Amino acid sequence: MPYNDDTRFVPRDREWHPPAHAPGYKTSVARSPRQALVSLVAPTRSELAGPDFTRLRLGPHDNDLLLNFREDPALGGAAGLPIGERILLFGRVVDQFGKPVPQTLVEMWQANAGGRYRHQKDRYLAPLDPNFGGVGRCLTDADGWYRFRTIKPGPYPWPNDVNSWRPAHIHVSVMGPSISTRLITQMYFEGDPLIPLCPIVNTLRDPEAVATMTGRLDMARSRSMDCLAYRFDLVVRGAVQTYFENQG
Amino acid sequence: MHQPNSRPLADTLLKETASQTAGPYVHIGLALDIAGLPPRDEEIGPQLAGDAAKGEPIELVGRVIDGNGDTVRDALLEAWQADADGEYQCQFDLAAPFNSFGRSAATAQNDGEWRFTTIKPGAVTLADGRRMAPHVNLAIFARGINIQLQTRLYFDDETDANATCPILNAIESPTRRQTLIAARETREGRTCYRFDIRLQGEGETVFFDF
Repeated sequence: MPYNDDTRFVPRDREWHPPAHAPGYKTSVARSPRQALVSLVAPTRSELAGPDFTRLRLGPHDNDLLLNFREDPALGGAAGLPIGERILLFGRVVDQFGKPVPQTLVEMWQANAGGRYRHQKDRYLAPLDPNFGGVGRCLTDADGWYRFRTIKPGPYPWPNDVNSWRPAHIHVSVMGPSISTRLITQMYFEGDPLIPLCPIVNTLRDPEAVATMTGRLDMARSRSMDCLAYRFDLVVRGAVQTYFENQG
Repeated sequence: MHQPNSRPLADTLLKETASQTAGPYVHIGLALDIAGLPPRDEEIGPQLAGDAAKGEPIELVGRVIDGNGDTVRDALLEAWQADADGEYQCQFDLAAPFNSFGRSAATAQNDGEWRFTTIKPGAVTLADGRRMAPHVNLAIFARGINIQLQTRLYFDDETDANATCPILNAIESPTRRQTLIAARETREGRTCYRFDIRLQGEGETVFFDF
């Protein structure tokens, strides 16, 4: 790992992240600690190191949700494509100093075009799509770029209030260089009228935080007669070297 | 030569992407078998150590318990620990006998019990020469948890090492330190350590900010 015992990460801004206890999002009420977090003023090797996934064997379609769950015609399947708007989801993983984070694992999961997850617990009446699994992963390249091909997920109802709907969203998980940079977030779609109505979105206190979690339509990267592109950049914590190399 | 920027650091920093809950369907993305999806060529699972790994084979088991005393049945846990010599094996490689990283899920099917198969970690030495007591770093993700909770599992048969661990001693309340100690027991002939994580209320587990 490039980090040694002299590395410090820029502290997490806990006012920018959603609070543990956010009563508008009811499930958080019984699942939020009441005691203060214990701060590790001097993080140790345990927090400064982290897993490197460059040897994790990825499949050729792991980042292509249009292909990675298709029924196999050799097994009598239809070999169709998932139903929905085809999109390219891409972006760059950088740290807080703007430095690209290469070779880091980006994972994502999502509902299908009807808003249904392929999970045994999801009982929403929208149908499952036999050609869509809803999971992808990739490693960022040398410049920190990641990309997925997928379909735009649908919004879906959930039992928070009497008529709560989640805006269309894709869960995005990034490891970064250490367990201190671990992050799971959600990407929303620019222009979705459900964004300001969502109790989970509203756990964020700063409207600017919501803006940075909104994927932007990128017509330059969209492909004619094929797919629209959405750009979603991820920022992980910045690493600071306590001692500079030229300071002995 | 690049000139140092005279603006305050806060002005030049990008904001970290804000966290959102991993939701109830985190297993679709990070624990596919639990979600009922077919596995890919390689998955990151609950086994950190194989038979060839150096060290004492152990299991870690426990539940995540909410403020009502109920078991959380949709949590995902990540474990990060040193090998038997107290070194982190950062290169994740399923062909290796030991990996420092793994994932386990609590589900309704397993009655909300997460479980890791691993070896007992060695003591990690700090830059100043002090040693931390053997421990496993755990991150907890679930619906209703807006940003993952980070804790440490220590071992109840490491009394001396625990008493001098600089991190355990950084926790002011000796009572709260006890929430990080897993209990050794034997289950089906195997050594395991039980570690229940209480999110809230009496016996609330210590969670760290680092």
